[in-house]
Amino acid sequence: MKTLEIPTFECETGNYHTFRPISCVAWLYQKIEDSFFLVVGTKTCGYFLQNALGVMIFAEPRYAMAESEEGDISAQLNDQKELERICLRVKSDRNPSVIVWIGTCTTEIIKMDLEGIAPKLEKQLGIPIVVARANGLDHAFTQGEDTVLAAMTHRCPEYNRRTADQHEGDVARHVADDVAPNRKFSDGKDRSSGGNLVLFGSLPSSVASQLNLESRRQSISVSGWLPSQKYTDLPALGEGVYVCGVNPFLSRTATTPMRRRKCQLVGAPFPIGPDGTRAWIEKICLVFNVKPDGLEERENQMWKNLSDYLEMITGKSVFLMGDNLLEISLARFLIRCGMVVYEIGIPYMDRRYQAAELLFLQHTCEKMKKPMPRIVEKPDNYSQVQRMHELQPDLAITGMAHANPLEARDIDTKWSVEFTFAQIHGSVNARDALELVTRPLRRRSDSILGCRNLSRQAVDV
Amino acid sequence: MKLAYWMYAGPAHIGTLRVASSFKNVHAIMHAPLGDDYFNVMRSMSERERDFTPVTASIVDRHVLARGSQEKVINNISRKDEEQHPDLIVLTPTCTSSILQEDLQNFVDRASLSSESDVIPADVNYHRVNELQAADRTLEQITRFHLDRARSRKTLDRSVTNGPSANIIGIFTLGFHNQHDCRELKRLPGESGVAVNQVMPEGGSLKCLKDLPRAWFNTVPYREVGLMTATFPEKDYGMPYISITPMGISNTADFIAQIGKLVNVWASALSEKRLNYKLYVDNQTKFVSQAAWFSKSIDCQNLAGKEAAIFGDATHAASITKILVKEMGIRVSCSGTYCKHDAERFDEQVRGLCDEVIVTEDHTEVGDTIARIGPSAIFGTQMERHIGKRIDIPCGVISSPVHIQNFPLGYRPFLGYEGTNQIADLIYNSFNLGMEDHSLDVFGGHDTKEVSTKSPPTDRKHINWIPEAELEPNRIPGFVRGRAKKNTEVFAKQNNISEITIDVMYAAKEKSSS
Repeated sequence: MKTLEIPTFECETGNYHTFRPISCVAWLYQKIEDSFFLVVGTKTCGYFLQNALGVMIFAEPRYAMAESEEGDISAQLNDQKELERICLRVKSDRNPSVIVWIGTCTTEIIKMDLEGIAPKLEKQLGIPIVVARANGLDHAFTQGEDTVLAAMTHRCPEYNRRTADQHEGDVARHVADDVAPNRKFSDGKDRSSGGNLVLFGSLPSSVASQLNLESRRQSISVSGWLPSQKYTDLPALGEGVYVCGVNPFLSRTATTPMRRRKCQLVGAPFPIGPDGTRAWIEKICLVFNVKPDGLEERENQMWKNLSDYLEMITGKSVFLMGDNLLEISLARFLIRCGMVVYEIGIPYMDRRYQAAELLFLQHTCEKMKKPMPRIVEKPDNYSQVQRMHELQPDLAITGMAHANPLEARDIDTKWSVEFTFAQIHGSVNARDALELVTRPLRRRSDSILGCRNLSRQAVDV
Repeated sequence: MKLAYWMYAGPAHIGTLRVASSFKNVHAIMHAPLGDDYFNVMRSMSERERDFTPVTASIVDRHVLARGSQEKVINNISRKDEEQHPDLIVLTPTCTSSILQEDLQNFVDRASLSSESDVIPADVNYHRVNELQAADRTLEQITRFHLDRARSRKTLDRSVTNGPSANIIGIFTLGFHNQHDCRELKRLPGESGVAVNQVMPEGGSLKCLKDLPRAWFNTVPYREVGLMTATFPEKDYGMPYISITPMGISNTADFIAQIGKLVNVWASALSEKRLNYKLYVDNQTKFVSQAAWFSKSIDCQNLAGKEAAIFGDATHAASITKILVKEMGIRVSCSGTYCKHDAERFDEQVRGLCDEVIVTEDHTEVGDTIARIGPSAIFGTQMERHIGKRIDIPCGVISSPVHIQNFPLGYRPFLGYEGTNQIADLIYNSFNLGMEDHSLDVFGGHDTKEVSTKSPPTDRKHINWIPEAELEPNRIPGFVRGRAKKNTEVFAKQNNISEITIDVMYAAKEKSSS
């Protein structure tokens, strides 16, 4: 048997394509129903949102740009007055429960004191203003959500253990009745003293309830989500609350409740794929001192359901160029599905927050007798394309800037962005995730008139 | 600060990138933070571009913020020079670099010492110009750079081509139907004996730029991009240019007449035979273009006096206004553009053709205007298409900004004689679909299930159909009869009418059609 390989990390130039972190408004405004997102930036940000979000922009979205003009940059205009004018209009037009200011590169460079202005305007307007710095200087794509959720952590109400226990007991009783009517509630009595569980990460509500159900099956009730469906329903945080992430890009959000709210972090692999979901719930059970029940059968059943897809991808190779930080979990899931992963590109690798996931990746490689892929932080897209030419992977998971050119060079691609928007969490959605992965492979038909390569450039090279 | 949801023209660097990436073997390096290379996605997706977009970023991150870019930009330039050997590297400023006020010229000077490629900084001010102005400026800058150098190296060929020839300036990537227009434009002078010397920037090679002045004249099909590039050779080399957009029958005829004038001036000087363009125009107008015949046909008669609202870039909005009014007899209630920098000229072009001119970059103003007018059809950008959807008015898309569906694979020029056919289809289909929907509504809607649906008996108790009126619905098609009856009853109820006569029926119909 192979010895356990230690993951090696490389770091390249950071010349890679990804979405701007402000794109998080697209899914967050939909998730938090009573919010309004105001992106304080320039035309460049606006142009990005308008084009990246496609038809959403026509649906009267609850987000807008506060577009800085020359006068703002040269400080001829007063930031506070300008923002006040704009927020008053937002208030009168939409009446949101919270306005989230998204700071951008511009506000960073001109050092606009959003954090300082917000409390003043908040008082004046009577609407909470949350400030998140989701700028391209520090962050990539999904990390935008991380900045917003970390900022929202401060707005969560204080967890009061005694009253909450009472309340939680009530909830747990209902839950127990729902899930396992035969089982007596007394089973859970000793556990309720363990504290309560808040999950963080924005997921569509149906996926969130699926994950709730996963933990209820183990008689652990989820007491709240960050973010909640409404800003006014943010979960209580405080000593005795366990928090656990559902997405790999939430490292700031993970540290904030620990350091600022005295919560305890459950470091687990992420619930992506049946293997990930099981490992995730097992870790939570371990923390809550619950003996997991029926997880193995459940996982096996899930894999059985996926057999048609697995047949299609077993032995195929994949190259992840990296742009949304889901890459480690996705690679681990695909290796467990029998694929060979050549390279995991990733914008940023938090080895502490992802420690459990990394270890799980290592074990998965060992179990499946697959080589440990190289992990490339801040990848260089140009070099990656060169490597891909040599490796000729069966599938490249990549951004839209490279997808068509790679297809023209006869490398099948899957747009990585889709993994951010599709429902891939929990065992139930593993099928959806594989549906995405296998799409380019299923579509594959015989080449037209023997044209394998349809690029114009390659002819000269 | 400005509250904004939507913009018609993008930021300046997009214009520069569009021009740079249209040329062959030109690479643009943006001085920008992570994620600003969204242009690559747009080009790859919308244009379905099969090659890597020659645009990279020299990333501005925290370190750059603290210490400046220092060697980073220069290293990126040299690296690109070694990797891909482009003819030219265009260093592109973004909003970030303009706020940081880094000295891009200095980077360029230092980088050009070591690199084999030419390196220039795009001379665009982020806050002063938009995408289109920047594209115009960059195209001029690149052209001037190469012509000036050729002149100083004495490699500039000033002799004109033997036969008449023209340059086509302003065809570029992500332009609205530009690829198709280009094909049509090559044909147009081609058929009348004029060769195409160069097309730029799309597919143009910088090595050939020095031969640009060999053409007899330049043509600039779109007002927004190319005018600057055409005006300086006129001054420096005495090269005339045609800035008429050959869109619509009369504009195309004017365009050809201009070609005729320019060619024949030279032809007589070179003792070549004079070409007769009138016959060509006549033939094309009558037989190649169906638009002239279409405007005479009864189809178009039905459109006479219908109202339309138009909004788009200056070129397309003005030309379509002219086509609708002069060639189809449609009333244009409102014509507008977002090209504020070209407002005066736009106003001049459409004055007298429409009731109202709007020049704005605010889509809500456009939406409000359209809603107030309530035209039968809208011709605008994707934004107007959605405005139309909201208020149930059909819309033909005639200008950027556009979606992927406006980059059709099939041949869809807007210019030239084939263009007139395409435009006629677009206009007729937009109006006709509107009328079809409307008459369906009048007759009670699509849903054939409704035929058997009878109003609840309690409702009918108070409504009495007089026998004569009872027979009337039998005259309309069966599948809409039920709905028509029901609509009439609803109308009667709303107006407290207890007896339905034929008059009431028609009043109901009139009400629903207003």
